[in-house]
Amino acid sequence: MRAFRFESLTLPPEADEMRRKVRAFLKEERDNGRYAAHRTSWSTFDPEFSKRAAKAGFIGMTWPKRYGGGEYSNLQRFVVTEEMLAAGAPGGAHWIADRQSGPQILKHGSERARELILPRIAAGECYFGIGMSEPDSGSDLAAARTKADKVEGGWLINGTKIWTSNAHRVHYLIVLARTEPPSDNRHAGLSQFIVDTGSEGIEIRPIMNLSGGHEFNEVFFKNCFVPDDMMIGKPGEGWTRVTGELAFERAGPDRFMSDVRLLVELVDKIGREPNERQAVEIGRLAAHFATLRRMSSSIAGLLERGESPVTEAALVKDVGTAFEREVPEAVRKLLPVEASLDDDDEYSQAMAHVLLHAPSFTIRGGTPEILRGMIARGLGLR
Amino acid sequence: MEDMSAIVLEQADRLFAQHIDKKVLSAADAGHWPDAPWRAVEDAGLPLALVPEMKGGAGLAPDVGANLIRRSAFHSVPLPLAETMIANALWTDAGGDVIAGAVTLAPVNPQDRITIVSGAAGTTLQGIARHVAWGQQAPTALVLAHDANGKAFLCRVSTAKARSNKMRRNVAYEPREDVDFGGVQLAASDVLPAPASLGADGLMPFGAAIRVQQMIGGMERCMDYALSYANERVQFGRPIAKFQAIQHMLAIAAGHFAAASAAGDALTESPRLGDDALAVAIAKSRCGESAGQVAALCHQVHGAMGFTQEHPLHYATRRLWSWRDEWGAEPWWQDKIGRIICAQGGEGLWPLLVDRPAAVGAA
Repeated sequence: MRAFRFESLTLPPEADEMRRKVRAFLKEERDNGRYAAHRTSWSTFDPEFSKRAAKAGFIGMTWPKRYGGGEYSNLQRFVVTEEMLAAGAPGGAHWIADRQSGPQILKHGSERARELILPRIAAGECYFGIGMSEPDSGSDLAAARTKADKVEGGWLINGTKIWTSNAHRVHYLIVLARTEPPSDNRHAGLSQFIVDTGSEGIEIRPIMNLSGGHEFNEVFFKNCFVPDDMMIGKPGEGWTRVTGELAFERAGPDRFMSDVRLLVELVDKIGREPNERQAVEIGRLAAHFATLRRMSSSIAGLLERGESPVTEAALVKDVGTAFEREVPEAVRKLLPVEASLDDDDEYSQAMAHVLLHAPSFTIRGGTPEILRGMIARGLGLR
Repeated sequence: MEDMSAIVLEQADRLFAQHIDKKVLSAADAGHWPDAPWRAVEDAGLPLALVPEMKGGAGLAPDVGANLIRRSAFHSVPLPLAETMIANALWTDAGGDVIAGAVTLAPVNPQDRITIVSGAAGTTLQGIARHVAWGQQAPTALVLAHDANGKAFLCRVSTAKARSNKMRRNVAYEPREDVDFGGVQLAASDVLPAPASLGADGLMPFGAAIRVQQMIGGMERCMDYALSYANERVQFGRPIAKFQAIQHMLAIAAGHFAAASAAGDALTESPRLGDDALAVAIAKSRCGESAGQVAALCHQVHGAMGFTQEHPLHYATRRLWSWRDEWGAEPWWQDKIGRIICAQGGEGLWPLLVDRPAAVGAA
């Protein structure tokens, strides 16, 4: 069974140097009380943090300098990403733009889109949302019904997107829309557009999530005009573009580190002398964690070499999100806690934060059910 | 260099495939020493694969050595080949010459302790090592023994001199005997101070490192069997591979296999496979967990056929069930990891896992 590639990665010295740099930045952030790690994670939306991170050079790191980037390697970016996650940094405002929308525009966008948007993302001032899911099209993305009709100088978008995180506070959405009527080839006739959330013809309805937070939205498009040069790639390339974008979305360490801060709080709360059950279970979780980190760094190595490890990324996300879901279930048995966001106790707060977000871990970016289908195809079963 | 490694592995793989068949495996199950296969691996120089060239070995890099062990386990080679490889590496590291024939390691349990006593009657050993691999059939045992001051020695012991009265096998029917070294006399040339590479946990990280690589090879075999079977077996008018339930089971198994392989790869970053005790602890823990899951899922895919002697799946799965419990089952290693983490505090967790190789030496 040699279906998948997970080679060991040795980080180059410049990546280690970058690690020192980002650790110093994050330490300063926390020492100055600019965020509280036990109740934040990479999905916490904090524009001020994003601006400071950008100023320190941690957004758009791999992009060309002429678009505001730092021309660093993927491995240097990987190190910054994992350190942000380990520190529970509230990167939610810029996360999507930096992780997938920006790279997508850089690779396939028009020159005007690059010049207009990328420098602002890299400055931590411009944020993105993902316009893929629709009321009748979730895991089955190819069933998208939102359509874009050609008009003079651009396209008119009509339809509805849903589960659009942060639509109410981001500047752009990348919207998947049908530019040709449905045909026998379900993947044909789709295209991707960069849509300014300030455009005429957009209405945003909030959907509260189970924690009471406002991240989700439903977004209605009524004759919303998008100029020609805000299409990503060519008409009909949408399916290829969207699967490429999802590879960025699935490949990273954000798929197993969402609740690492809960482990940190647990260890602090238990103290230096765990009982046997605590030591064993913490050891077990750490072994999973360390192994996932190896797998994820190996994917970073493949990306750096210009490969596109789509199936490997799906596999790491499946194993990684299963781990994320398991963490609170295991931790609550090691040190009982009646979790509350209102407690002063950081362990209690961290547990509450995780419990109220955990169901999303195995939904966002592709469910295990979808990922396992991709893995099965890689195994030659489909 | 990479090409050379590929050739070595390909040749070893062919040798294993050629010499290990169902007949050899069932004879080994019944307690027979597979003499012809042993002579073949010895002729190929595999027992000395991890010994440096200047000391008469092949001097293979750790990753090639690990892959060699994985391939031998893929074929369920019923020999203490990996034990012999590691024993020779440790003995030559301590300053000894390479040892001819199969060599086993003792003790294999953290609770067992062998003591070495020097007196008027010469140098003798005391103590029982339980569950020693091929404890009667391997002519030599490399024994870790401590003197009254706690100083550690490696001892080359002829197993013919030790007592082992009862045949005992693990569930793969590989010999795992209790060996009483009490009163065994040693010549001066059979005793060397233990090399610095043996830390507080003695042989444990080295034995566990072997089992890690073996489990990875065994899991790969199980996956191969299950993937072929799923594509061949037709039920309800189509290959069962076409059913989503089967696809998801095998996708989960593939995740376990990939994780185990990644954890095992970490051990190849040290000069010797067992040098980094924390990496070994992580790998033995993660692989042991994967081994149980992969065995269970692959059996489920095979249905009743997998629960027979006729289908060879059991040669791989019975080994996985044995190996995960040998040289410290998951909780023994997890406890060590957990205590190291707690001793450092929560903020130490991430640096401990990332800032290698500073964090070595499970206490």
